[in-house]
Amino acid sequence: MTMNANSAAVRFEGVTKAFGAVVAVDEVSFTVEAGSLVTLLGPSGCGKTTTLRMIAGLEMVTAGRILIGDQDVTSLPATDRDVSMVFQSYALFPHMNVIENVSYGLVVSGMAKPVARERAEEGLTQVGLAGYGNRLPSELSGGQQQRVAVARALVLEPQVLLFDEPLSNLDAKLRRRVREDIRELQQNLHMTSVYVTHDQEEALAVSDRVIVMRNAEIAQEGTPHDLYEWPLDVFVADFVGDANVIRCEITRIDGLEATVRLGGTERRLPHRDLPVGEANLAIRPEAIRLNTEPSATAIAGSVRKAVYLGSHIEYAVDTDIGELFVSDSRDGQAITAGSSVSVTLAERGVVLVRP
Amino acid sequence: MLWIAVGFGGYLLLPWYVADGGFWSLEWLFGGAPLTADYASGLFQGLLHDRPWLLPVGVLLVAPIAVVGRPKADPVFGAALITIGAAGLAYVVGQGFTIGISGWEFPLLEPLLGPTDLRQDGMGYGALLAAAAFLFMVTLGFAARGAIKGDVFVVGSIGLIMALVAVFVFFPVFRILISAVQDNDGSYSFNLFLSKLFDDKIWGVACLTANLRCGVAWNSLLLAILTGISSTLLGLAFALIATRTNFRAKRLLRVLTMLPIITPPFVIGLAVILLFGRAGLVSQSLWDLFGIAPTRWVFGLPGIWFAQTLAFTPIAFLVLIGIVEGVSPAMEEASQTLRATSWQTFSTVSLPLMRPGLANAFLLGFIESLADFGNPLVLGGNFDVLSTEIFFAIVGAQNDQGRAAVLAIVLLAFTLSAFIAQRLWLGRKSYVTVTGKADSGMPVMIPARVKAIVFGTALPWAALTVVVYIIILFGGFVELLGRNNTFTLRHYIDTFGITRGDFGLVFSGLAWNSFFTTISIAAIAAPLTASIGLLTAYILVRQRFVGRNAFEFGTMLSFAIPGTVIGVSYILAFNVPPIEITGTGVILVLSFMFRNMPVGVRAGIASMSQLDASLDEASLTLGANSFTTVRKVILPLLRPAILAALVFSFVRAMTAISAVIFLVSANYDMATSFIIGRVENGDFGQAIAYSSVLILVMMVAILLLQLLVGERRLRRRAGTAAPVPTASTGLAA
Repeated sequence: MTMNANSAAVRFEGVTKAFGAVVAVDEVSFTVEAGSLVTLLGPSGCGKTTTLRMIAGLEMVTAGRILIGDQDVTSLPATDRDVSMVFQSYALFPHMNVIENVSYGLVVSGMAKPVARERAEEGLTQVGLAGYGNRLPSELSGGQQQRVAVARALVLEPQVLLFDEPLSNLDAKLRRRVREDIRELQQNLHMTSVYVTHDQEEALAVSDRVIVMRNAEIAQEGTPHDLYEWPLDVFVADFVGDANVIRCEITRIDGLEATVRLGGTERRLPHRDLPVGEANLAIRPEAIRLNTEPSATAIAGSVRKAVYLGSHIEYAVDTDIGELFVSDSRDGQAITAGSSVSVTLAERGVVLVRP
Repeated sequence: MLWIAVGFGGYLLLPWYVADGGFWSLEWLFGGAPLTADYASGLFQGLLHDRPWLLPVGVLLVAPIAVVGRPKADPVFGAALITIGAAGLAYVVGQGFTIGISGWEFPLLEPLLGPTDLRQDGMGYGALLAAAAFLFMVTLGFAARGAIKGDVFVVGSIGLIMALVAVFVFFPVFRILISAVQDNDGSYSFNLFLSKLFDDKIWGVACLTANLRCGVAWNSLLLAILTGISSTLLGLAFALIATRTNFRAKRLLRVLTMLPIITPPFVIGLAVILLFGRAGLVSQSLWDLFGIAPTRWVFGLPGIWFAQTLAFTPIAFLVLIGIVEGVSPAMEEASQTLRATSWQTFSTVSLPLMRPGLANAFLLGFIESLADFGNPLVLGGNFDVLSTEIFFAIVGAQNDQGRAAVLAIVLLAFTLSAFIAQRLWLGRKSYVTVTGKADSGMPVMIPARVKAIVFGTALPWAALTVVVYIIILFGGFVELLGRNNTFTLRHYIDTFGITRGDFGLVFSGLAWNSFFTTISIAAIAAPLTASIGLLTAYILVRQRFVGRNAFEFGTMLSFAIPGTVIGVSYILAFNVPPIEITGTGVILVLSFMFRNMPVGVRAGIASMSQLDASLDEASLTLGANSFTTVRKVILPLLRPAILAALVFSFVRAMTAISAVIFLVSANYDMATSFIIGRVENGDFGQAIAYSSVLILVMMVAILLLQLLVGERRLRRRAGTAAPVPTASTGLAA
């Protein structure tokens, strides 16, 4: 298998899903380009899984349209859609062995059994499980079961491949490796994929684009880089990575830049369509520098707590502008709690956000 | 559009009416179908045999061809199918009810349309297929309009089950209500209904003030409450012994409590007579040893109560063992670490946690006691209860269908209220603390004084059960137990004798006929019951749709309808066209199917809710339709539930008496009604012999089924622990 000729774009047009009075997805529109991997990211209950299940046809939309390729699939049931899915629990059929599981989709769509088996073997080789065909799912480790689930979805060469939190049942170490495997496979096969997770690091690692969802709506959509560097509002800034959200004041706007007053200091930042007046500033923990020597141009503060984490040290610092959460990965001795420090901000990682 | 073809094929070729030879008779194949009057199909009945009202059926059957070319998503397609299908169904049903075996069914039509000599028989294959075709047109239409995610199979199943439940549960009950307000000539009289309903024979309280009989309703209630309490308490005692003591013979206990389930209910009553009756073994011994004169105490309330408690304690046990096991040991351990003594723990934590289960067991015992027919019939004496009164109202000299209907309504009201109370009140209130995660901790042993009480009641009772079964096993081998205890094979030869005749072996025993009928009817009914039950369970667990609660209620309702009521209602409903099946084997199969369906549903629901829904979803997204999903994924994982449903429906069909006794006919006599007949003749030996053979057959059948259904699973899983098909699968390995 090389380039997947079937891969197709997915388009949501004003899709709403209501369960009784509860609106799970509210007039959502987006497009997933053919061959790309898009992640739906958000806290639990934000509607990301419902969105995914609507692509699969496991939930039917209340209003709006869903297109896969050029076809309107809004009223098609799951069976008739050319979409396959990797489930959070993997959903391997416990009474079938690995090869029967992987060839299941091919057989039920009418392929002759020997041919289906051959294709399934290919699929297993692709995920590195050649020779495991005769085992039962219960005889595999969690990571192996996960790969069988991926193989089972892949062999159908679907128009769209869906992942529903595929890594949440794996331990932390394995998770990192498997997500790289998934990304590599997806890129090699050029497979349109939609991926659901609540883990922002996972989302940044695997995606071409990320859709952040909140309360049944899209909060922001963009590349991982855009989302981390330019979060639109407080929610996104805080959900994608960590952020200190600090009140500040925009004193002047000229051209694209705003002059922002923060504590005793001033700096110039892109205004992002915010008006003059009170505003919110999102500051990444690693964008804050602490210095034990006092400085007139810096904000004064004192370290309340220092936590040593090996690769970096985390501080809680009390300042005039509020309590700051700081992550310091530079070499050097930890600053002990109680020390007075002067706080300066880096060029990157400081951005004006909407409330 | 398969169903157009099937429906029209049926309309064109198969006999529209049921042939004289019965539903299964294939005589029509050679008897001139589809043209001659008796076997003509719907079309030719209409054209040649002067039944023009059947012609519109054909028109409606082919009407959907007009929309065949349209895409599924086209709203016109769905709407057209729904309209045509509904019209067709309504027409078939309407004409069936309007024109009966002797003209107009409704007297009102006579002056309107003039007298008529039109007549028609019960519907046959042709009508069945046409009705099915219309039904599936409707469901196809709904599926096309996007109901249940457009799933044709699921919508079709829902439609089919609803139609079956409507015809075979609701329609008969409705017929009872109708005939309750009719007098015996068929005219309506509400006053008569009221006077029958509030008859002193039903509600009289004379026994409180004078030495007279009370109303049967009070008798039934009193008996049901007593039985409910005693079977619940005994069931609890057994459940505590089985789970919370280190009693050695737990397995034996389980077998012992399972036995009554494969015992026809009245057999216990019979054994009780043989033990405690005037000539009973125990009574005679007491007379010989202590000079205590035998009395007739066993005939009446004490005897029935005794026999019912013996019969229904196992049911309470099965309910309560789940509850007792469901009380998390962690709760009890927590209580003990908080310095409660074991008695305090038991009385303030364990027992209150079991309360909903106790109420549930009580209500089950209550319903079963009300519905029980066999024991009161055998042991009743002068103590009349509703279920037997219904029987005598129909069978006895009175043959008063109206009175039977009224009594049936009273009985139905009792059981239904208990059933509704159970669902509304207990449904929401469950303390079962099993979380799905492995619970750590050992169940706490019950405190010493509880243990003393529990053993003190349960063990003598268990001993008594053993004695009862010994009587059943050996009673058939003696002349007449208690009076003449000499060994004989006479009873077995009379019932199950095989002699060598001129043409080889001849089944000359009296019982063979009913025995073969029973086995075949039970064997036909069991898979049908299991399939409809499991299909319903699948729909209830996996599908969300408008009216799901009503659907669930409808399918579980028949559990609350006592067998006698089913019997009466089936006679009333299916004795005349449009559905005329009394006296056939079909009516027996149907009554078993719908009476035992709730158990299949329960078993299915219980095990299906343990299957992770993502298994079906995975199958669906892999391109299988829901029928394939059910066949390839769900059914193989449900083997235990299938086994349970099969065994249960088979056993119930073999042991049922209450509905059966109304529905048997000369051609289709069942074992249980044959035995009751022997008992009424005083042929206790033959009855007991036959009963023990039945019990043996059921045991063999259960073992066989277990081998059949379990075999593949054993081969597959050899050497590996059975995987738990839930969300935790991924973590388990």
